[in-house]
Amino acid sequence: MVELTLPKNSRITVGKTWPKPEGATNLRTFKIYRWDPDSGETPRVDTYFVDLDTCGPMMLDALIKIKNDIDPTLTFRRSCREGICGSCAMNIDGINTLACIYGMDEVTGDVKIYPLPHMPVVKDLVPDLTHFYAQHASIMPWLETKTNRPAKEWRQSIEDRKKLDGLYECVMCASCSTSCPSYWWNGDRYLGPAALLHAYRWIIDSRDEATGQRLDELEDPFKLYRCHTIMNCTRTCPKGLNPAKSIAEIKKMMVERRV
Amino acid sequence: MRYLTDRQRVEGLGSAKEGVGHWWTHRITSVALVILTPFFVFPYANAIGHGAEGLQALYASPFHAIVGVLFVLVTAHHLMQGLQVVIEDYVHNTLQRTVAMLANTLFCGAVGIAGAFAILKIAFTA
Repeated sequence: MVELTLPKNSRITVGKTWPKPEGATNLRTFKIYRWDPDSGETPRVDTYFVDLDTCGPMMLDALIKIKNDIDPTLTFRRSCREGICGSCAMNIDGINTLACIYGMDEVTGDVKIYPLPHMPVVKDLVPDLTHFYAQHASIMPWLETKTNRPAKEWRQSIEDRKKLDGLYECVMCASCSTSCPSYWWNGDRYLGPAALLHAYRWIIDSRDEATGQRLDELEDPFKLYRCHTIMNCTRTCPKGLNPAKSIAEIKKMMVERRV
Repeated sequence: MRYLTDRQRVEGLGSAKEGVGHWWTHRITSVALVILTPFFVFPYANAIGHGAEGLQALYASPFHAIVGVLFVLVTAHHLMQGLQVVIEDYVHNTLQRTVAMLANTLFCGAVGIAGAFAILKIAFTA
């Protein structure tokens, strides 16, 4: 059955409260999930105080400031700091989002930061996305062709190119998939909104010649039909994309080819 | 413990190549119920309080008897498919899942057949 409570070794305890920076007047409180696999301890939530007068405006700025000035052991992924690499996806104040494009002014009160929900944790805010990436690889995320003509570039009409808008922008941050209860309960078999959005991106590409094969592979009660259209994915997507619509379009195509 | 590649874990036993039938039928039956429900519920509500004669008078009409049987059978089918989705979502143990699926089919089948039989019996003894 579905597990509704955390296993004993995952229950979160109250952690350390780090000292306030001296002389700071504009403080913001951060409560951050910490877990070190080498310590043998259960996860804890540490409290940090960040001086906003010497910190950038985004959540990632605060995390970097904490790591630089307060606690160098705090572990998180980040790279581009402009919402294009998808590395810094985490759960901030109950929303899966990218820390680099989520402003501190978007949260009132203490800022609570946890790793993406229901994923194995590597350390602190770093989830293990191995299965998520393998699911993406399984949908053949490339242009699949069977003919070798034309021998130069394959042209696409402006209308057909427009169909890829809202799809190609996905940065695979996993915010959507990890916000989906179906992915929590059946993530081993359900592909999740991110992989399905990418699947649709190649299905709808006018140059792709494997549409039927792609649909064949997706036609499965678990791979596709665990989606019950609750739209958490669309609501949480930090890039403003609509994975739920992509999944609905795939379902429509499934019907279209049999009626 | 099994040594599998990440891709093997994702591929599993491959695609079942079905699921669209279940999904589409569930939508069809839900639309059918939107149409059937008022035709079943309102006349039935009017008959309440008039005893067995009230129901016999209602289902003496072929239209109401057919709508009643359709409503009961479509509801049972819709219920079975809906519960199946819930079981697939939440019951992960193979044995428990199989037993739950079997129980679901038998229960919903019994509900549908009993309801249809009851309406037909009233209709034909009216």
